[in-house]
Amino acid sequence: MTKEECKKLVLDIIADIAPDEDLGNVKPDVKLRDQLQLDSMDFLDIVMELRKRHGIEVPEADYMQLASLDSCAEYLTPKFNAASTGKA
Amino acid sequence: MAKGANESFAESMRMTGRSHYDVAIIGAGMSGLAAGIRLAHFGKRVCIFERHNAPGGLNGFYSIGGRKFDVGLHAMTNFVAPGMRGTPLGKLLRQLRIDRDEFALCAQKQSRIAFGSQGGQSLRFTNDFAVLESEIAAKFPRQIDGWRALVREVKGYDDVSLDVPTVSARKVVARHLTDPLLSAMIFCPLMYYGSAQERDMDFAQFVIMFKALFLEGFARPLAGVRQIIRVLLEKYRQAGGERRMKCGVARIVERQGRAAALVLDNGEEVIATHVISSAGFAETMRMCMPPKLTEAMQNTGTLSFVETITILNRQPEEFGWGDDTIVFFNDSEQFMYERPKAQVDLRSGVICLPSNFLYGPARMPEGILRVTCLADYDRWMRLPETVYQADKRRWFAEIQLSARRFMPSVDEAELTRATVATDMFTPRTVERFTGHFHGTIYGAPRKIRQGTTHLENLYLCGTDQGFLGIVGAMLSGISMANYHILQKEHAGRAPG
Repeated sequence: MTKEECKKLVLDIIADIAPDEDLGNVKPDVKLRDQLQLDSMDFLDIVMELRKRHGIEVPEADYMQLASLDSCAEYLTPKFNAASTGKA
Repeated sequence: MAKGANESFAESMRMTGRSHYDVAIIGAGMSGLAAGIRLAHFGKRVCIFERHNAPGGLNGFYSIGGRKFDVGLHAMTNFVAPGMRGTPLGKLLRQLRIDRDEFALCAQKQSRIAFGSQGGQSLRFTNDFAVLESEIAAKFPRQIDGWRALVREVKGYDDVSLDVPTVSARKVVARHLTDPLLSAMIFCPLMYYGSAQERDMDFAQFVIMFKALFLEGFARPLAGVRQIIRVLLEKYRQAGGERRMKCGVARIVERQGRAAALVLDNGEEVIATHVISSAGFAETMRMCMPPKLTEAMQNTGTLSFVETITILNRQPEEFGWGDDTIVFFNDSEQFMYERPKAQVDLRSGVICLPSNFLYGPARMPEGILRVTCLADYDRWMRLPETVYQADKRRWFAEIQLSARRFMPSVDEAELTRATVATDMFTPRTVERFTGHFHGTIYGAPRKIRQGTTHLENLYLCGTDQGFLGIVGAMLSGISMANYHILQKEHAGRAPG
């Protein structure tokens, strides 16, 4: 998986959690919280959806890694790739 | 988390032939369904147990003579237009993955607080908060600065915090509003639409209601509460939740400080890792084995209501009743929100005309007039059945007459001719159908914000957790599911 694909998966999750948000112009290097109305409940949901849909665990200590799309990609892409290698 | 241990526990339960769930929820009302959707969505094995044959609880619906009636819903509070951020309705829709359009909410036309004989003192309000403010500026010019200060205090208050001290709302409001009439007019709708406490409210509850009614507003789906319940049931089913109707929980068996098992009305035993009860605080305490009777007695509500429902073969506008959606009325010297010293207190109440929402081209098939008044539980409970029926008829007429003083007048004979059906509920009806002691609607006077009980895996949600209204009830279920189960479990997953 590429980092771009990873960002897409994160955006898909956000689109389902917050369908009322316009995700067309999300800047990858800006904190999600600063451009979207996401509270801590929503972030918990992103984490839980990652686990539910993709089997990816994000421990509480790492929540700050999900701050922006870029940092999400940085942090999650290796996890996605490790998970898919694990399955193969 | 010791996952293996849990699995073997579940395995042993299967071996003994008893049902085992991750979460058992008592009650299929708004809060129980919302909690169920959250938990099932995240893969929990959930079952909701409901004693009644229909879902909805205090906000259900029923049919008589081919007509569908909403149990309690006048209007859904907390309504905001699309795009309004950070409100309870928005949170709820997100958390339950519900599209706004699914609830098909239509905004109110306008509402009034009418005090004095024939409602001589009145404050109009709509879903646009500026309307109420300009009414107050015009009618209570000396109070407007105090009003604005009160609004600032309300807006700055964290009403969804699970950990706030109890403060008298009367005291807080008195710091800002010095005119007792204005103060009473503001308290009246907030108390009628959610207070379990007589004469005063906890400020946290005041803030929740103030935001829900004034800063946000009223809406209703054309189909009434059924629309909301249908959406919740469908989400719950899609998420894989189980539901057992006509299957109440009779007892919660305690072992070593935990809810070890649930005994159903039919004697069957069910095991669950977590139990969430929406039955009410006192009602849940009485289910426990051994029961917590003292605690239950000390926190049982005293306020109950009667409601009359009149079905009309024409729309309210044809009677010249105007655009009023809800009218909160009072004509006593001092507005008294307390248990009446008669079967019904006719001096104050709430009128609802469900036709007066902005349904667009659609219209309700028939006109409806609903009137709610405070009622005394004991005086209704001790009546023999024949007297009870006669009293219902007598009070029905009295209540309707009292309320009509605050509406444009209509010829009695004409109204009688237009009436095609009526129904009425009393404290007796409420207790019979919802199981709430003393026929309470708003539950226990002291709310248990964190939803914790004396048993470590038993939590409360719904009215007695303290988020009010339909939206509040659903948020309560969501919050308790998140706080006690999903969040804790997640935090428990250590790195590596």
